[in-house]
Amino acid sequence: MSTGLLYAAAGAMLFVLGATALILPLAPLRRVLGFNVMGSGAFLLLVGLAQRDGAADAVPQAMVLTGIVVSVAATALALAIIRRIAALERKAPADD
Amino acid sequence: MILAFDALLALGLVWCAWRALSVRDLTHAVVQFVVFGLLLALAWARLAAPDIALAEAAIGAGLTGALLLDSLRASNAGAAPSPSGADIAVPTSNLAGAVRLAVWAAAVVVGAALLLAIATLPPPLIDLRAQVAGALGASGVSHAVTAVLLNFRGYDTLLEVVVLLLALLGLLACRGEHDPVATAADAPAEPLARALSRRATPVLTLTAVYVLWAGTTQPGGAFQAAALLAATAVLLHITRIVPAWERLGFARRLGAAAGVLLFLGIAAALLAEGALLRYPPAYAGSLILLIESGLTVSLALILAALFLCQTETQ
Repeated sequence: MSTGLLYAAAGAMLFVLGATALILPLAPLRRVLGFNVMGSGAFLLLVGLAQRDGAADAVPQAMVLTGIVVSVAATALALAIIRRIAALERKAPADD
Repeated sequence: MILAFDALLALGLVWCAWRALSVRDLTHAVVQFVVFGLLLALAWARLAAPDIALAEAAIGAGLTGALLLDSLRASNAGAAPSPSGADIAVPTSNLAGAVRLAVWAAAVVVGAALLLAIATLPPPLIDLRAQVAGALGASGVSHAVTAVLLNFRGYDTLLEVVVLLLALLGLLACRGEHDPVATAADAPAEPLARALSRRATPVLTLTAVYVLWAGTTQPGGAFQAAALLAATAVLLHITRIVPAWERLGFARRLGAAAGVLLFLGIAAALLAEGALLRYPPAYAGSLILLIESGLTVSLALILAALFLCQTETQ
């Protein structure tokens, strides 16, 4: 079993773990964590599988680099939405 | 021996992720997630991907961790624990328990199927590595990842920066007038931390410029440089040297959009080459460095804004 395959397998498990946390009715912040774990799993799977014969491959590496930056932006947006919802929920009882 | 290390690291990754998703206390979970990010950076290094390792450590663990912790602080500052900020929802009825069980069963099936698919994968049909190695000479840079990012698949990077801009727009749209409860009256920062972050700023900035320059020949480039600059801004903010950005003024907006505008301008100017973002080989190196410099400024501003616009004004 090569290094690439090993990390691809770990990536598959991370993807499933993260996706499960995203589906289950957990706290919103926990779901953001799940989303990030899921993304990391997909990245590991992508690079690990491409490098299963051992040599480094620049194409999936560049794609994952792009993906990491996009996922932090998605996380920031998700957190902003969570904050907004929490602020509105706090405000709602006062308006009644 | 080294495979044993890899196996241990892979197990550690899955364990950390499991803990981050299952431990009751959310603060504990976020810290566990940061540890997960650092282990992941190590895994990237083992996969011969130093570019990703750098980005993962700075962005995946660092910036995301800071965002999550700040979000926790804000939700803890609210007087009553709001329903959405509550901890893991405990299944209250048999139905909820059954749904949970079904989701987990589906997860196990999908996981097993994925592992089986990985184990029985046929050898790849195309070898991109040979193509990259063949075209590297004409790409203008000698580092393959930078060549892929800014030359062979430049449009991916262009669209990525657009996505970042969109995320920033969405974030700004979400910021309503803040609930006064959430405005935490933060204690002033430790004098030592303030002094340290003041002294670290020039070093970090210099490192960012070096990483940007190094990207043409070795691991590094616009993303890592921007991450370093954004981390500097976050550091200056949490030590109360730089206040939160109440609003993005015209200069910051222009700075955040400059990378995309420059990228688009160059793409439009080179349309005569016959394909989107195909550079004339003679100018490729300079064009890539120019685009990367613009991207560094914009990405740093956007990433910093994702944090500094998020925190409540004081």
